[in-house]
Amino acid sequence: MGDSYTLVEWALGSDAGFWWKLIGVVTAWAVPITVWVSLVGLFSIWLERKVSAHIQCRLGPMEVGPHGAFQTLADGVKLLAKEDIVPQGADRFLFAMAPILSFVGSFVVFAVVPFGPNLVIADLNLGVYFLAAIGSIEAIGVIAAGWASNNKWSVFGAVRAATQVVSYEIPLSLSLVTIACLAGSLSTLDIVNAQSGWIWNWFLFRNPFMVISFLIFYISCLAECKRAPFDLPEAESELVSGFHTEYSGMRFAIFFLAEYAAMYVVSAVAVVLFLGGWHTGIGPLDGWLLEQSPILANLLGALVIITKSFLLVFVQMWLRWTLPRIRLDQMMYLCLKVLVPIGMIVFMAAALWQGLFPVRDLDGVGSVFGLVWFVVVCGGTFAWVRNTIRGTKSMASANYLDRQARLGHDVGVS
Amino acid sequence: MSSELTSSAPPSPVSAGDLRTEEMLLNMGPQHPATHGVLRVMVRSDGEMVIDCESHVGYLHRCFEKHCESVSWLQSVLYTDRLDYLTAMGNNWGYCMAVEKLFGDELEIPERAEYIRVICQELNRIASHLLAIGTYGMDVGAITPFLYCFREREKLLYIFETISGQRLNYNYIRPGGVAYDFTDEICKMIRDFCEYFRPKVTEYNDLLSANQIFKGRTANVGVLPLETAIDFGCTGPVIRGSGAPRDLRKDQPYGIYDRFEFDVITGSGEAGTLGDCYDRYICRVREMEESIRIVEQAVKDLPGGEFRSPKIKQKIRPPKAEAYTRIENSRGEVGFYVVSDGKDISYRTKCRAPSFHNIHVLPEISRGHMVADLIAIIGSMDIVLGEVDR
Repeated sequence: MGDSYTLVEWALGSDAGFWWKLIGVVTAWAVPITVWVSLVGLFSIWLERKVSAHIQCRLGPMEVGPHGAFQTLADGVKLLAKEDIVPQGADRFLFAMAPILSFVGSFVVFAVVPFGPNLVIADLNLGVYFLAAIGSIEAIGVIAAGWASNNKWSVFGAVRAATQVVSYEIPLSLSLVTIACLAGSLSTLDIVNAQSGWIWNWFLFRNPFMVISFLIFYISCLAECKRAPFDLPEAESELVSGFHTEYSGMRFAIFFLAEYAAMYVVSAVAVVLFLGGWHTGIGPLDGWLLEQSPILANLLGALVIITKSFLLVFVQMWLRWTLPRIRLDQMMYLCLKVLVPIGMIVFMAAALWQGLFPVRDLDGVGSVFGLVWFVVVCGGTFAWVRNTIRGTKSMASANYLDRQARLGHDVGVS
Repeated sequence: MSSELTSSAPPSPVSAGDLRTEEMLLNMGPQHPATHGVLRVMVRSDGEMVIDCESHVGYLHRCFEKHCESVSWLQSVLYTDRLDYLTAMGNNWGYCMAVEKLFGDELEIPERAEYIRVICQELNRIASHLLAIGTYGMDVGAITPFLYCFREREKLLYIFETISGQRLNYNYIRPGGVAYDFTDEICKMIRDFCEYFRPKVTEYNDLLSANQIFKGRTANVGVLPLETAIDFGCTGPVIRGSGAPRDLRKDQPYGIYDRFEFDVITGSGEAGTLGDCYDRYICRVREMEESIRIVEQAVKDLPGGEFRSPKIKQKIRPPKAEAYTRIENSRGEVGFYVVSDGKDISYRTKCRAPSFHNIHVLPEISRGHMVADLIAIIGSMDIVLGEVDR
């Protein structure tokens, strides 16, 4: 990997005094990440509006800026200017703290998500563990918000959030453990480096079980982010707005930003763990570029990982604007009776596979196997999606077609 | 309740022995996104479980019946628009039929007007059901079907605007006929719409009816046994969802409904139990197809001639009589009872609104379900508060 250094190491490694080091860490760490999180949040909110609009045969925001690009900014200004309301009987301290706690959860996780071969804030040797631990801080913010609001709907939302987030930590962690088992490390940098080379070296295609593991991870992430179909904590048709019913103005904006930042973060983590991180998947390209020009390699890496992450963010939005919401008991059933057992089996099977076929040399046997499995996974997914679409169509229109046939109408739906 | 909500004192610290589940009184509405207006439901819940609930109505009461006793017969028609504002044609028709019945054999409705009435009523039923299934999708968390439904509903409202000049409160069907005649362009618009609409039903089915999550949320939820439905006087898709083929258009064909070929849709418990939310929902979806069938036949056979009886003038004075008529509106049976003492103002008008009866079965079928199911049940009842409170 050459002289791999991180921004924090650079800041701490200099000979400067304590205060200079502190300033260095803050500028190298906090400022760029804050800016980046805000940008991601703003862009995701705009993207969600456009995606939802186009799914729903609408245009979405079109007035402020080209295709409404600055609409979120305008809304942010509006929210800033709004009156800050704390409901009567609310726990004022917790009420003020909750959005910040929630934001911190999705904000700090950025520290261990690498953007390029040398672009990571902190290469912790416990990176994945850190992800799981810090990621759940957001839940504390949500619970605090619900409790502090002194509103029954908020309490409902908070209780639902607590149930959901805590439960889905289990399948999520099982997927993380599987990855750690494959990579032999908990560091996110090591995990990404273990997926270098061709596209079939990505962990998604590493053995027959990783696709399931990825699905479990992604579903759990949806639940962790409280995204549809797991948006029970803020189900607007049931709980008004759930835990943030009583929030307005900037506090609400921070919740909103945190939600969208979390969406991006879990997608980025999924990319790092399963989809090769910053690797393009085109064999020797990444290694060659790193030798030629590290700056260019890092830029390309950042571009690749951001693109992949936003693809997954797009899938989240797509799901949200397509699926109805599941019920609390169905949500628990899915987690404890479906995802957890399958996750355990997948973990054991993947570990066994790793023991039986220790695929370390990525250019030899491993790559042949990976290629085969890549084709199987892609072909299988394609066939499944096609069958599902055809299946739902025929199932839905069976009755309709029957009746039309009886009437002698030719409807032209097949 | 109120003191509990407004007190700013922190709750007293609990000891381990106090950690028992306590029933909670939840006030849902009148301002709540899922109550479709200003319905207020008081829910006694144990955590997420609904122990009991009670619907409070009356927030939209505006003295419809009293109004009718102070304005002329023809002026009353436009108050009926505001009852079930999503199916104003049906209300117009129901009221006009009652007034026409007062005249007895004296008044004959032109053939063309009867056909126009059927077309308008059925198109309006589709518009109303579109809104019902769209908002039902929203109730269970799917927002997109709502906009798909509105896309089609928009075309319908445009047709209504062309017909009557109004998009929602038409005041179009009047005693003795209809307000304006159909032009050839209107007939073409309606034919085009029928052709356009048929394949669209498949889209709703793909998005909602066949969706496993949607089925999971609606099947076996809010099961309304047929006996209970009859006891509470439920009508329309609510009772048909419970398996009873009760439809006034077939049972007691008013107007010219006996000339058209259509099926009465009933629930069959295909996703779960007979009479669950899914059955009520799927009844509406299929009724739209039946309505299209009726509209197609009616437009094809539309005769020429008068579109309103020349006997009806600006001011009408029905003979001294009383009459009760009922029609099948999109939410069920709408009945109008009118008493005339021979003056140009009604002596008494009474309206039987289907939503009012349908909503009161809510506590019966939502006990023991979760709060999220309660929302799904309210949505499957498809109430219009303008009609509940009158």
